[in-house]
Amino acid sequence: MTIIDTRLPDPKRLISGATGEWEVIVGMEIHAQISSHAKLFSGASTAFGAEPNSNVSLVDAAMPGMLPVINEECVRQAIRTGLGLKAQINHRSIFDRKNYFYPDLPQGYQISQYKQPIVGEGVVIVSVGPAKDGSFEEIEVGIERLHLEQDAGKSMHDQHPTMSYVDLNRSGVALMEIVSKPDIRSSDEAKAFLTKLRTILRYLGTCDGNMDEGSMRADVNVSVRRPGAPFGTRCEIKNVNSIRFVGQSIESEARRQIAILEDGGTIDQETRLFDPAKGETRSMRSKEEAHDYRYFPDPDLVPLEFDQAYVDALAQHLPELPDEKKARFMEKLGLSEYDASVLVSEKAVADYFEKVAEGRDGKAAANWVINDLLGALNKAGKDIENTPVSPDQLGAIIDLIKDGTISGKIAKDLFEIVFSEGGNPGVLVEERGMKQVTDAGAIEKAVDDVIAANPDKVEQVKAKPTLAGWFVGQVMKATGGKANPQAVNVLVKEKLGIDG
Amino acid sequence: MSVDIDTVKRVARLARIAVDDEAASRMSGELNAILGFVEQLSEVDVENVEPMTSVIPTHIRMREDKVTDGGKADDIVANAPQTADNFFLVPKVVE
Repeated sequence: MTIIDTRLPDPKRLISGATGEWEVIVGMEIHAQISSHAKLFSGASTAFGAEPNSNVSLVDAAMPGMLPVINEECVRQAIRTGLGLKAQINHRSIFDRKNYFYPDLPQGYQISQYKQPIVGEGVVIVSVGPAKDGSFEEIEVGIERLHLEQDAGKSMHDQHPTMSYVDLNRSGVALMEIVSKPDIRSSDEAKAFLTKLRTILRYLGTCDGNMDEGSMRADVNVSVRRPGAPFGTRCEIKNVNSIRFVGQSIESEARRQIAILEDGGTIDQETRLFDPAKGETRSMRSKEEAHDYRYFPDPDLVPLEFDQAYVDALAQHLPELPDEKKARFMEKLGLSEYDASVLVSEKAVADYFEKVAEGRDGKAAANWVINDLLGALNKAGKDIENTPVSPDQLGAIIDLIKDGTISGKIAKDLFEIVFSEGGNPGVLVEERGMKQVTDAGAIEKAVDDVIAANPDKVEQVKAKPTLAGWFVGQVMKATGGKANPQAVNVLVKEKLGIDG
Repeated sequence: MSVDIDTVKRVARLARIAVDDEAASRMSGELNAILGFVEQLSEVDVENVEPMTSVIPTHIRMREDKVTDGGKADDIVANAPQTADNFFLVPKVVE
Protein backbone atom coordinates (compact mmCIF):
# COMPACT_ATOMS: atom_id res chain seq x y z
CA MET A 1 0.00 0.00 0.00
CA THR A 2 1.34 3.39 -0.93
CA ILE A 3 0.66 5.95 1.75
CA ILE A 4 -0.14 9.38 0.45
CA ASP A 5 0.58 12.26 2.79
CA THR A 6 -2.44 14.53 2.55
CA ARG A 7 -1.44 17.05 5.19
CA LEU A 8 1.05 19.90 5.31
CA PRO A 9 3.13 20.32 8.46
CA ASP A 10 1.59 23.11 10.54
CA PRO A 11 3.79 24.78 13.21
CA LYS A 12 0.93 24.85 15.72
CA ARG A 13 0.74 21.06 15.74
CA LEU A 14 4.47 20.37 16.10
CA ILE A 15 6.06 19.01 19.24
CA SER A 16 9.26 20.65 20.46
CA GLY A 17 12.07 18.25 21.27
CA ALA A 18 15.53 19.02 22.63
CA THR A 19 16.97 19.32 19.11
CA GLY A 20 14.07 20.87 17.22
CA GLU A 21 10.52 20.34 16.11
CA TRP A 22 8.83 17.01 15.49
CA GLU A 23 5.59 16.04 13.81
CA VAL A 24 3.48 13.16 15.08
CA ILE A 25 1.68 10.91 12.59
CA VAL A 26 -1.31 8.87 13.74
CA GLY A 27 -3.54 6.31 12.08
CA MET A 28 -6.21 4.29 13.84
CA GLU A 29 -7.95 0.95 13.64
CA ILE A 30 -11.28 1.03 15.40
CA HIS A 31 -13.11 -2.12 16.39
CA ALA A 32 -16.79 -1.30 16.63
CA GLN A 33 -19.27 -3.90 17.79
CA ILE A 34 -22.21 -4.05 15.41
CA SER A 35 -25.61 -3.44 17.00
CA SER A 36 -27.45 -6.70 16.34
CA HIS A 37 -29.45 -9.19 18.38
CA ALA A 38 -27.57 -12.28 17.26
CA LYS A 39 -23.92 -12.95 16.45
CA LEU A 40 -22.25 -12.65 13.04
CA PHE A 41 -22.35 -16.35 12.18
CA SER A 42 -24.59 -17.92 14.85
CA GLY A 43 -27.97 -17.45 16.52
CA ALA A 44 -26.56 -16.78 20.00
CA SER A 45 -27.36 -13.48 21.73
CA THR A 46 -24.98 -10.52 21.80
CA ALA A 47 -26.38 -9.12 25.08
CA PHE A 48 -23.77 -7.64 27.41
CA GLY A 49 -23.28 -8.92 30.95
CA ALA A 50 -24.79 -12.42 30.64
CA GLU A 51 -23.76 -15.41 32.77
CA PRO A 52 -20.47 -17.04 31.62
CA ASN A 53 -20.80 -19.07 28.42
CA SER A 54 -24.59 -18.67 28.33
CA ASN A 55 -24.63 -16.68 25.07
CA VAL A 56 -22.69 -19.35 23.24
CA SER A 57 -23.82 -21.70 20.48
CA LEU A 58 -21.91 -24.75 19.33
CA VAL A 59 -20.75 -22.63 16.37
CA ASP A 60 -19.17 -20.04 18.68
CA ALA A 61 -17.50 -22.78 20.70
CA ALA A 62 -16.11 -24.20 17.43
CA MET A 63 -17.46 -27.70 17.98
CA PRO A 64 -16.54 -30.07 15.13
CA GLY A 65 -18.85 -29.94 12.13
CA MET A 66 -20.42 -26.59 12.92
CA LEU A 67 -20.85 -24.23 9.97
CA PRO A 68 -21.12 -20.44 9.98
CA VAL A 69 -24.25 -18.81 8.46
CA ILE A 70 -24.04 -15.05 8.13
CA ASN A 71 -26.48 -12.72 9.90
CA GLU A 72 -27.98 -10.45 7.21
CA GLU A 73 -28.51 -7.57 9.62
CA CYS A 74 -24.75 -7.42 10.26
CA VAL A 75 -24.19 -7.11 6.51
CA ARG A 76 -26.74 -4.29 6.32
CA GLN A 77 -25.16 -2.51 9.29
CA ALA A 78 -21.72 -2.65 7.66
CA ILE A 79 -23.14 -1.22 4.42
CA ARG A 80 -25.00 1.54 6.31
CA THR A 81 -21.80 2.43 8.13
CA GLY A 82 -19.92 2.51 4.83
CA LEU A 83 -22.53 4.86 3.41
CA GLY A 84 -22.24 7.07 6.51
CA LEU A 85 -18.47 7.24 5.94
CA LYS A 86 -19.10 8.27 2.31
CA ALA A 87 -17.20 5.15 1.36
CA GLN A 88 -17.10 2.81 -1.57
CA ILE A 89 -19.34 -0.22 -1.03
CA ASN A 90 -17.92 -3.40 -2.52
CA HIS A 91 -20.62 -5.58 -4.07
CA ARG A 92 -18.43 -8.61 -3.65
CA SER A 93 -16.30 -9.33 -0.61
CA ILE A 94 -14.53 -12.39 0.74
CA PHE A 95 -14.26 -13.91 4.20
CA ASP A 96 -10.82 -15.16 5.15
CA ARG A 97 -9.41 -17.08 8.05
CA LYS A 98 -6.83 -15.30 10.17
CA ASN A 99 -4.97 -18.07 11.95
CA TYR A 100 -3.55 -17.80 15.44
CA PHE A 101 -3.81 -19.64 18.74
CA TYR A 102 -5.22 -18.13 21.90
CA PRO A 103 -7.47 -19.72 24.55
CA ASP A 104 -10.34 -17.31 23.88
CA LEU A 105 -10.34 -18.15 20.15
CA PRO A 106 -11.73 -21.69 20.03
CA GLN A 107 -11.69 -21.99 16.23
CA GLY A 108 -7.95 -21.39 16.09
CA TYR A 109 -8.73 -18.70 13.51
CA GLN A 110 -10.79 -15.56 13.33
CA ILE A 111 -13.17 -15.20 10.39
CA SER A 112 -12.28 -11.79 8.98
CA GLN A 113 -11.94 -10.05 5.63
CA TYR A 114 -8.47 -9.52 4.25
CA LYS A 115 -7.91 -8.58 0.63
CA GLN A 116 -11.52 -7.88 -0.35
CA PRO A 117 -13.37 -6.05 2.44
CA ILE A 118 -17.05 -5.09 2.24
CA VAL A 119 -16.27 -1.35 2.36
CA GLY A 120 -13.41 0.53 0.72
CA GLU A 121 -12.16 4.11 0.88
CA GLY A 122 -14.19 6.85 2.54
CA VAL A 123 -13.74 10.05 4.50
CA VAL A 124 -14.69 11.60 7.84
CA ILE A 125 -14.84 15.38 8.23
CA VAL A 126 -13.48 16.23 11.66
CA SER A 127 -13.92 19.55 13.38
CA VAL A 128 -10.97 20.26 15.70
CA GLY A 129 -11.22 22.92 18.36
CA PRO A 130 -12.31 25.32 19.55
CA ALA A 131 -8.95 27.15 19.50
CA LYS A 132 -8.29 30.01 21.94
CA ASP A 133 -10.09 32.42 19.60
CA GLY A 134 -13.12 30.10 19.50
CA SER A 135 -12.57 28.98 15.91
CA PHE A 136 -12.75 25.40 14.63
CA GLU A 137 -10.44 23.80 12.08
CA GLU A 138 -11.95 21.27 9.71
CA ILE A 139 -9.75 18.38 8.65
CA GLU A 140 -10.45 15.35 6.49
CA VAL A 141 -9.41 11.96 7.79
CA GLY A 142 -9.42 9.31 5.09
CA ILE A 143 -10.92 5.89 5.72
CA GLU A 144 -8.85 3.09 4.22
CA ARG A 145 -11.42 0.32 4.62
CA LEU A 146 -14.07 -1.28 6.79
CA HIS A 147 -14.38 -5.02 7.14
CA LEU A 148 -16.52 -7.53 9.00
CA GLU A 149 -14.99 -9.93 11.50
CA GLN A 150 -15.70 -12.02 14.58
CA ASP A 151 -14.85 -10.89 18.07
CA ALA A 152 -12.94 -13.29 20.33
CA GLY A 153 -13.98 -14.46 23.80
CA LYS A 154 -12.80 -12.90 27.02
CA SER A 155 -10.00 -14.11 29.29
CA MET A 156 -9.65 -13.17 32.94
CA HIS A 157 -6.25 -13.62 34.49
CA ASP A 158 -6.82 -12.41 38.03
CA GLN A 159 -9.21 -15.09 39.34
CA HIS A 160 -6.74 -17.87 40.07
CA PRO A 161 -3.00 -18.14 40.77
CA THR A 162 -2.17 -20.48 37.90
CA MET A 163 -5.22 -20.56 35.63
CA SER A 164 -6.97 -18.11 33.28
CA TYR A 165 -10.78 -18.04 33.10
CA VAL A 166 -12.32 -18.03 29.61
CA ASP A 167 -15.82 -16.85 28.75
CA LEU A 168 -16.95 -17.21 25.13
CA ASN A 169 -20.00 -14.91 25.32
CA ARG A 170 -18.28 -12.38 23.07
CA SER A 171 -16.89 -15.05 20.79
CA GLY A 172 -18.44 -14.58 17.36
CA VAL A 173 -20.05 -11.20 18.02
CA ALA A 174 -19.91 -9.09 14.85
CA LEU A 175 -17.29 -6.36 14.68
CA MET A 176 -16.55 -3.73 12.10
CA GLU A 177 -12.87 -2.95 11.88
CA ILE A 178 -12.61 0.58 10.57
CA VAL A 179 -9.11 1.56 9.43
CA SER A 180 -8.19 5.21 9.01
CA LYS A 181 -5.44 6.53 6.79
CA PRO A 182 -2.46 8.06 8.64
CA ASP A 183 -4.00 11.52 8.24
CA ILE A 184 -4.06 12.48 11.91
CA ARG A 185 -1.38 14.88 13.18
CA SER A 186 -2.01 15.42 16.89
CA SER A 187 -3.63 13.88 19.94
CA ASP A 188 -6.42 16.48 19.74
CA GLU A 189 -7.15 15.48 16.16
CA ALA A 190 -7.16 11.81 17.14
CA LYS A 191 -9.66 12.44 19.94
CA ALA A 192 -11.83 14.58 17.66
CA PHE A 193 -11.75 11.88 14.96
CA LEU A 194 -12.75 9.12 17.34
CA THR A 195 -15.49 11.30 18.84
CA LYS A 196 -16.84 12.12 15.38
CA LEU A 197 -16.70 8.51 14.24
CA ARG A 198 -18.58 7.44 17.35
CA THR A 199 -21.19 10.14 16.73
CA ILE A 200 -21.68 8.91 13.15
CA LEU A 201 -22.04 5.29 14.30
CA ARG A 202 -24.57 6.31 16.95
CA TYR A 203 -26.59 8.37 14.47
CA LEU A 204 -26.62 5.39 12.13
CA GLY A 205 -27.51 3.04 14.98
CA THR A 206 -24.85 0.59 13.80
CA CYS A 207 -22.79 0.58 17.03
CA ASP A 208 -23.71 1.91 20.46
CA GLY A 209 -20.20 3.33 20.92
CA ASN A 210 -20.01 2.41 24.62
CA MET A 211 -16.27 2.22 25.12
CA ASP A 212 -16.54 1.18 28.78
CA GLU A 213 -18.47 -1.95 27.76
CA GLY A 214 -15.90 -2.67 25.06
CA SER A 215 -18.29 -1.91 22.18
CA MET A 216 -15.62 0.32 20.71
CA ARG A 217 -11.85 -0.10 21.04
CA ALA A 218 -9.04 1.62 19.21
CA ASP A 219 -5.61 0.47 18.10
CA VAL A 220 -3.50 3.57 17.63
CA ASN A 221 -0.50 3.68 15.27
CA VAL A 222 1.98 6.38 16.21
CA SER A 223 5.18 7.55 14.55
CA VAL A 224 7.15 10.79 14.60
CA ARG A 225 9.28 12.59 12.00
CA ARG A 226 10.94 15.89 11.31
CA PRO A 227 8.44 18.16 9.51
CA GLY A 228 8.51 17.35 5.80
CA ALA A 229 10.60 14.18 6.25
CA PRO A 230 9.38 10.71 5.17
CA PHE A 231 7.20 8.74 7.60
CA GLY A 232 9.07 7.21 10.54
CA THR A 233 8.78 3.72 12.03
CA ARG A 234 5.48 3.27 13.82
CA CYS A 235 4.42 1.54 17.01
CA GLU A 236 0.93 0.19 17.50
CA ILE A 237 -0.78 0.83 20.82
CA LYS A 238 -3.37 -1.91 21.26
CA ASN A 239 -6.86 -1.83 22.70
CA VAL A 240 -7.17 1.70 24.00
CA ASN A 241 -10.61 1.88 25.56
CA SER A 242 -11.42 5.54 26.09
CA ILE A 243 -11.13 8.72 24.06
CA ARG A 244 -9.14 10.40 26.81
CA PHE A 245 -6.65 7.51 26.89
CA VAL A 246 -6.25 7.75 23.12
CA GLY A 247 -5.06 11.33 23.61
CA GLN A 248 -2.78 10.46 26.53
CA SER A 249 -1.29 7.42 24.82
CA ILE A 250 -0.38 9.44 21.71
CA GLU A 251 1.21 12.22 23.77
CA SER A 252 3.34 9.83 25.81
CA GLU A 253 4.24 7.56 22.89
CA ALA A 254 5.30 10.53 20.71
CA ARG A 255 7.51 11.84 23.53
CA ARG A 256 9.03 8.39 24.05
CA GLN A 257 9.90 8.07 20.37
CA ILE A 258 11.29 11.62 20.17
CA ALA A 259 13.53 10.96 23.20
CA ILE A 260 14.91 7.79 21.57
CA LEU A 261 15.53 9.47 18.21
CA GLU A 262 17.16 12.53 19.78
CA ASP A 263 19.53 10.21 21.66
CA GLY A 264 20.56 8.78 18.29
CA GLY A 265 18.54 5.59 18.67
CA THR A 266 16.05 3.93 16.34
CA ILE A 267 12.42 2.94 16.84
CA ASP A 268 11.59 -0.76 16.81
CA GLN A 269 8.28 -1.50 15.12
CA GLU A 270 6.32 -3.21 17.88
CA THR A 271 3.03 -3.57 19.67
CA ARG A 272 2.64 -1.62 22.89
CA LEU A 273 0.07 -1.27 25.65
CA PHE A 274 -1.08 1.94 27.31
CA ASP A 275 -1.02 1.90 31.10
CA PRO A 276 -3.56 4.50 32.27
CA ALA A 277 -2.26 4.43 35.85
CA LYS A 278 1.25 5.42 34.78
CA GLY A 279 0.14 7.43 31.75
CA GLU A 280 2.71 5.73 29.52
CA THR A 281 3.01 2.95 26.97
CA ARG A 282 5.02 -0.22 27.48
CA SER A 283 6.13 -2.96 25.16
CA MET A 284 3.92 -6.05 25.08
CA ARG A 285 5.72 -9.27 25.88
CA SER A 286 8.06 -9.68 22.94
CA LYS A 287 6.95 -12.44 20.64
CA GLU A 288 9.48 -15.06 19.67
CA GLU A 289 8.33 -14.72 16.09
CA ALA A 290 6.40 -12.11 14.19
CA HIS A 291 2.73 -12.88 13.70
CA ASP A 292 2.17 -15.08 10.70
CA TYR A 293 -1.57 -15.21 10.24
CA ARG A 294 -1.57 -17.31 7.04
CA TYR A 295 -4.77 -15.75 5.72
CA PHE A 296 -6.73 -17.82 3.25
CA PRO A 297 -10.34 -17.68 1.99
CA ASP A 298 -12.71 -19.46 4.40
CA PRO A 299 -13.96 -22.52 2.54
CA ASP A 300 -17.14 -22.55 4.70
CA LEU A 301 -18.31 -19.24 3.26
CA VAL A 302 -18.90 -18.33 -0.38
CA PRO A 303 -18.26 -14.69 -1.35
CA LEU A 304 -20.64 -12.10 0.06
CA GLU A 305 -22.45 -10.56 -2.90
CA PHE A 306 -25.29 -8.08 -3.33
CA ASP A 307 -26.35 -5.62 -6.02
CA GLN A 308 -26.60 -1.83 -6.15
CA ALA A 309 -30.37 -1.97 -5.57
CA TYR A 310 -29.68 -3.58 -2.18
CA VAL A 311 -27.32 -0.71 -1.31
CA ASP A 312 -29.72 1.93 -2.66
CA ALA A 313 -32.55 0.63 -0.50
CA LEU A 314 -30.37 1.00 2.59
CA ALA A 315 -29.15 4.45 1.50
CA GLN A 316 -32.75 5.60 1.13
CA HIS A 317 -33.49 4.95 4.79
CA LEU A 318 -30.27 6.38 6.16
CA PRO A 319 -30.95 8.97 8.90
CA GLU A 320 -29.73 12.56 8.61
CA LEU A 321 -26.09 12.52 9.71
CA PRO A 322 -24.35 15.06 11.98
CA ASP A 323 -22.69 17.05 9.18
CA GLU A 324 -25.96 17.50 7.29
CA LYS A 325 -27.85 18.27 10.49
CA LYS A 326 -25.29 20.89 11.50
CA ALA A 327 -25.50 22.55 8.07
CA ARG A 328 -29.31 22.59 8.28
CA PHE A 329 -29.29 24.08 11.79
CA MET A 330 -26.96 26.87 10.57
CA GLU A 331 -28.81 27.58 7.32
CA LYS A 332 -32.44 27.08 8.26
CA LEU A 333 -32.42 28.05 11.92
CA GLY A 334 -29.67 30.67 11.85
CA LEU A 335 -27.53 29.02 14.53
CA SER A 336 -23.83 29.78 14.95
CA GLU A 337 -21.33 27.09 14.00
CA TYR A 338 -20.48 26.58 17.66
CA ASP A 339 -24.08 26.14 18.77
CA ALA A 340 -24.86 23.84 15.86
CA SER A 341 -21.76 21.73 16.61
CA VAL A 342 -22.70 21.34 20.26
CA LEU A 343 -26.28 20.37 19.44
CA VAL A 344 -25.42 17.72 16.80
CA SER A 345 -22.63 16.13 18.84
CA GLU A 346 -25.19 13.78 20.36
CA LYS A 347 -28.22 12.64 18.43
CA ALA A 348 -30.42 12.69 21.53
CA VAL A 349 -29.48 16.34 22.16
CA ALA A 350 -30.19 17.27 18.53
CA ASP A 351 -33.57 15.50 18.68
CA TYR A 352 -34.42 17.30 21.92
CA PHE A 353 -33.43 20.65 20.45
CA GLU A 354 -35.54 20.11 17.34
CA LYS A 355 -38.62 19.43 19.43
CA VAL A 356 -38.05 22.64 21.42
CA ALA A 357 -37.28 24.69 18.29
CA GLU A 358 -40.37 23.50 16.45
CA GLY A 359 -42.50 26.61 15.83
CA ARG A 360 -40.19 28.75 17.99
CA ASP A 361 -37.12 30.92 17.53
CA GLY A 362 -34.18 28.60 16.81
CA LYS A 363 -31.57 30.78 18.51
CA ALA A 364 -33.61 31.13 21.70
CA ALA A 365 -34.20 27.37 21.76
CA ALA A 366 -30.47 26.72 21.17
CA ASN A 367 -29.48 29.07 24.00
CA TRP A 368 -31.83 27.41 26.45
CA VAL A 369 -30.79 23.88 25.49
CA ILE A 370 -27.05 24.58 25.48
CA ASN A 371 -26.67 27.03 28.38
CA ASP A 372 -29.46 26.03 30.71
CA LEU A 373 -30.50 22.46 30.03
CA LEU A 374 -27.08 20.92 29.23
CA GLY A 375 -25.54 22.96 32.06
CA ALA A 376 -28.11 21.77 34.59
CA LEU A 377 -27.89 18.15 33.37
CA ASN A 378 -24.12 18.26 33.65
CA LYS A 379 -24.31 19.69 37.15
CA ALA A 380 -26.83 17.05 38.21
CA GLY A 381 -24.77 14.28 36.59
CA LYS A 382 -27.66 13.29 34.32
CA ASP A 383 -27.72 12.71 30.59
CA ILE A 384 -30.25 13.88 28.07
CA GLU A 385 -32.04 10.52 28.03
CA ASN A 386 -33.32 11.06 31.56
CA THR A 387 -33.75 14.82 31.59
CA PRO A 388 -36.28 16.01 34.18
CA VAL A 389 -37.35 18.85 31.81
CA SER A 390 -39.12 17.61 28.69
CA PRO A 391 -38.90 19.49 25.37
CA ASP A 392 -42.56 20.50 25.84
CA GLN A 393 -41.84 21.97 29.28
CA LEU A 394 -38.81 23.92 28.06
CA GLY A 395 -40.81 25.08 25.03
CA ALA A 396 -43.57 26.32 27.33
CA ILE A 397 -41.06 28.36 29.36
CA ILE A 398 -39.74 29.98 26.17
CA ASP A 399 -43.33 30.74 25.09
CA LEU A 400 -44.02 32.43 28.44
CA ILE A 401 -41.06 34.78 27.89
CA LYS A 402 -42.09 35.49 24.33
CA ASP A 403 -45.68 36.49 25.17
CA GLY A 404 -44.43 38.72 28.00
CA THR A 405 -45.92 36.63 30.84
CA ILE A 406 -42.57 36.29 32.59
CA SER A 407 -39.26 38.13 32.39
CA GLY A 408 -36.10 36.43 31.20
CA LYS A 409 -34.75 36.51 34.73
CA ILE A 410 -37.84 34.88 36.24
CA ALA A 411 -37.69 32.30 33.45
CA LYS A 412 -34.37 31.07 34.83
CA ASP A 413 -36.00 30.58 38.25
CA LEU A 414 -38.95 28.85 36.63
CA PHE A 415 -36.57 26.53 34.76
CA GLU A 416 -34.88 25.56 38.03
CA ILE A 417 -38.25 24.78 39.62
CA VAL A 418 -39.32 22.64 36.67
CA PHE A 419 -35.92 20.92 36.67
CA SER A 420 -36.02 20.01 40.37
CA GLU A 421 -39.76 19.67 41.03
CA GLY A 422 -41.40 19.16 37.65
CA GLY A 423 -44.79 20.57 36.75
CA ASN A 424 -46.54 22.59 34.07
CA PRO A 425 -44.66 25.90 33.60
CA GLY A 426 -47.85 27.88 32.82
CA VAL A 427 -49.56 26.61 35.97
CA LEU A 428 -46.46 27.16 38.12
CA VAL A 429 -46.28 30.81 37.03
CA GLU A 430 -49.90 31.33 38.12
CA GLU A 431 -49.59 29.40 41.38
CA ARG A 432 -46.38 31.03 42.52
CA GLY A 433 -47.17 34.54 41.36
CA MET A 434 -44.24 34.77 38.98
CA LYS A 435 -46.02 36.80 36.33
CA GLN A 436 -44.28 39.86 35.03
CA VAL A 437 -45.85 43.09 36.29
CA THR A 438 -46.88 45.02 33.20
CA ASP A 439 -49.42 47.15 34.97
CA ALA A 440 -47.94 50.66 34.65
CA GLY A 441 -49.81 51.86 37.75
CA ALA A 442 -48.31 49.14 39.93
CA ILE A 443 -44.81 49.84 38.68
CA GLU A 444 -45.26 53.55 39.16
CA LYS A 445 -46.35 52.99 42.71
CA ALA A 446 -43.29 50.89 43.45
CA VAL A 447 -41.04 53.60 41.99
CA ASP A 448 -42.75 56.30 44.03
CA ASP A 449 -42.37 54.22 47.19
CA VAL A 450 -38.64 53.75 46.69
CA ILE A 451 -38.12 57.46 45.96
CA ALA A 452 -40.14 58.49 48.98
CA ALA A 453 -38.25 56.12 51.27
CA ASN A 454 -34.80 57.34 50.19
CA PRO A 455 -34.59 61.14 50.19
CA ASP A 456 -30.81 61.06 50.75
CA LYS A 457 -30.27 59.07 47.58
CA VAL A 458 -32.54 61.40 45.69
CA GLU A 459 -30.18 64.22 46.65
CA GLN A 460 -27.13 62.29 45.59
CA VAL A 461 -28.54 61.30 42.23
CA LYS A 462 -28.71 64.96 41.19
CA ALA A 463 -24.91 65.11 41.28
CA LYS A 464 -24.37 61.57 40.08
CA PRO A 465 -26.99 60.45 37.50
CA THR A 466 -25.55 56.92 37.24
CA LEU A 467 -27.02 56.29 40.68
CA ALA A 468 -30.37 55.86 38.90
CA GLY A 469 -29.39 52.22 38.49
CA TRP A 470 -29.60 51.81 42.26
CA PHE A 471 -33.27 52.91 42.16
CA VAL A 472 -34.03 50.48 39.35
CA GLY A 473 -32.48 47.71 41.44
CA GLN A 474 -34.57 48.64 44.48
CA VAL A 475 -37.77 48.65 42.42
CA MET A 476 -36.96 45.24 40.92
CA LYS A 477 -36.29 43.94 44.41
CA ALA A 478 -39.56 45.39 45.70
CA THR A 479 -41.50 43.72 42.86
CA GLY A 480 -39.75 40.38 43.30
CA GLY A 481 -38.08 40.70 39.91
CA LYS A 482 -41.42 40.63 38.18
CA ALA A 483 -41.45 44.18 36.86
CA ASN A 484 -40.31 44.80 33.31
CA PRO A 485 -36.80 46.24 33.83
CA GLN A 486 -37.00 48.56 30.80
CA ALA A 487 -40.27 50.07 31.97
CA VAL A 488 -38.82 50.59 35.45
CA ASN A 489 -35.71 52.26 34.02
CA VAL A 490 -37.73 54.73 31.96
CA LEU A 491 -40.01 55.54 34.85
CA VAL A 492 -37.18 56.01 37.39
CA LYS A 493 -35.34 58.45 35.12
CA GLU A 494 -38.53 60.32 34.43
CA LYS A 495 -39.40 60.69 38.10
CA LEU A 496 -35.88 61.74 39.08
CA GLY A 497 -35.67 64.15 36.20
CA ILE A 498 -32.67 62.51 34.53
CA ASP A 499 -32.33 62.75 30.75
CA GLY A 500 -31.80 59.79 28.48
CA MET B 1 9.36 -24.46 -4.44
CA SER B 2 11.34 -26.35 -1.87
CA VAL B 3 10.67 -26.77 1.82
CA ASP B 4 13.69 -26.93 4.11
CA ILE B 5 13.81 -28.26 7.67
CA ASP B 6 13.53 -24.77 9.21
CA THR B 7 10.34 -24.10 7.27
CA VAL B 8 8.87 -27.42 8.41
CA LYS B 9 9.68 -26.54 12.01
CA ARG B 10 8.21 -23.07 11.68
CA VAL B 11 4.95 -24.36 10.18
CA ALA B 12 4.79 -27.05 12.87
CA ARG B 13 5.29 -24.47 15.55
CA LEU B 14 2.56 -22.22 14.11
CA ALA B 15 0.23 -25.25 14.20
CA ARG B 16 1.40 -26.11 17.74
CA ILE B 17 2.61 -29.55 16.67
CA ALA B 18 5.78 -30.92 18.27
CA VAL B 19 8.17 -32.15 15.59
CA ASP B 20 11.69 -33.39 16.33
CA ASP B 21 14.64 -33.08 13.93
CA GLU B 22 14.28 -36.57 12.55
CA ALA B 23 10.56 -36.11 11.81
CA ALA B 24 11.17 -32.66 10.37
CA SER B 25 13.77 -34.02 8.01
CA ARG B 26 11.46 -36.82 6.86
CA MET B 27 8.53 -34.39 6.45
CA SER B 28 10.60 -31.99 4.44
CA GLY B 29 11.08 -34.76 1.89
CA GLU B 30 7.39 -35.71 1.94
CA LEU B 31 6.20 -32.12 1.67
CA ASN B 32 8.54 -31.47 -1.25
CA ALA B 33 7.13 -34.51 -3.04
CA ILE B 34 3.57 -33.27 -2.49
CA LEU B 35 4.41 -29.71 -3.56
CA GLY B 36 6.20 -31.04 -6.62
CA PHE B 37 3.06 -32.92 -7.59
CA VAL B 38 0.80 -29.92 -7.00
CA GLU B 39 3.16 -27.68 -8.91
CA GLN B 40 2.06 -29.33 -12.13
CA LEU B 41 -1.01 -27.10 -11.82
CA SER B 42 1.13 -24.06 -12.54
CA GLU B 43 1.39 -25.28 -16.13
CA VAL B 44 -2.26 -24.30 -16.59
CA ASP B 45 -2.88 -20.77 -17.78
CA VAL B 46 -5.34 -19.23 -15.31
CA GLU B 47 -4.93 -15.63 -16.48
CA ASN B 48 -8.26 -13.78 -15.93
CA VAL B 49 -9.92 -16.83 -14.37
CA GLU B 50 -11.73 -16.14 -11.09
CA PRO B 51 -10.77 -18.48 -8.25
CA MET B 52 -13.52 -21.07 -7.81
CA THR B 53 -15.16 -20.76 -4.42
CA SER B 54 -17.86 -23.37 -4.87
CA VAL B 55 -18.36 -26.30 -7.22
CA ILE B 56 -21.94 -25.23 -7.87
CA PRO B 57 -23.06 -21.72 -8.75
CA THR B 58 -24.52 -20.62 -5.44
CA HIS B 59 -25.19 -17.49 -3.46
CA ILE B 60 -24.33 -16.93 0.19
CA ARG B 61 -27.14 -17.99 2.54
CA MET B 62 -28.10 -15.43 5.14
CA ARG B 63 -29.80 -15.70 8.50
CA GLU B 64 -32.35 -13.39 10.13
CA ASP B 65 -31.14 -11.36 13.11
CA LYS B 66 -32.92 -13.47 15.69
CA VAL B 67 -31.61 -15.10 18.85
CA THR B 68 -32.22 -18.80 18.28
CA ASP B 69 -29.39 -20.37 20.25
CA GLY B 70 -27.50 -20.21 23.54
CA GLY B 71 -28.53 -20.78 27.15
CA LYS B 72 -26.60 -24.04 27.37
CA ALA B 73 -23.44 -23.14 29.22
CA ASP B 74 -23.35 -26.60 30.87
CA ASP B 75 -23.19 -28.25 27.44
CA ILE B 76 -20.61 -25.79 26.17
CA VAL B 77 -18.13 -26.55 28.94
CA ALA B 78 -19.10 -30.26 29.31
CA ASN B 79 -15.95 -31.58 27.61
CA ALA B 80 -13.51 -29.13 29.14
CA PRO B 81 -10.85 -30.74 31.37
CA GLN B 82 -11.26 -28.01 33.98
CA THR B 83 -14.06 -25.51 34.62
CA ALA B 84 -15.33 -23.20 37.37
CA ASP B 85 -18.78 -21.56 37.39
CA ASN B 86 -19.14 -22.44 33.71
CA PHE B 87 -15.90 -20.70 32.79
CA PHE B 88 -13.27 -22.69 30.90
CA LEU B 89 -10.07 -22.89 32.92
CA VAL B 90 -6.80 -22.90 31.01
CA PRO B 91 -3.20 -22.61 32.13
CA LYS B 92 -2.49 -18.95 32.75
CA VAL B 93 -1.65 -17.18 29.49
CA VAL B 94 -0.07 -14.02 30.92
CA GLU B 95 2.72 -13.68 33.43
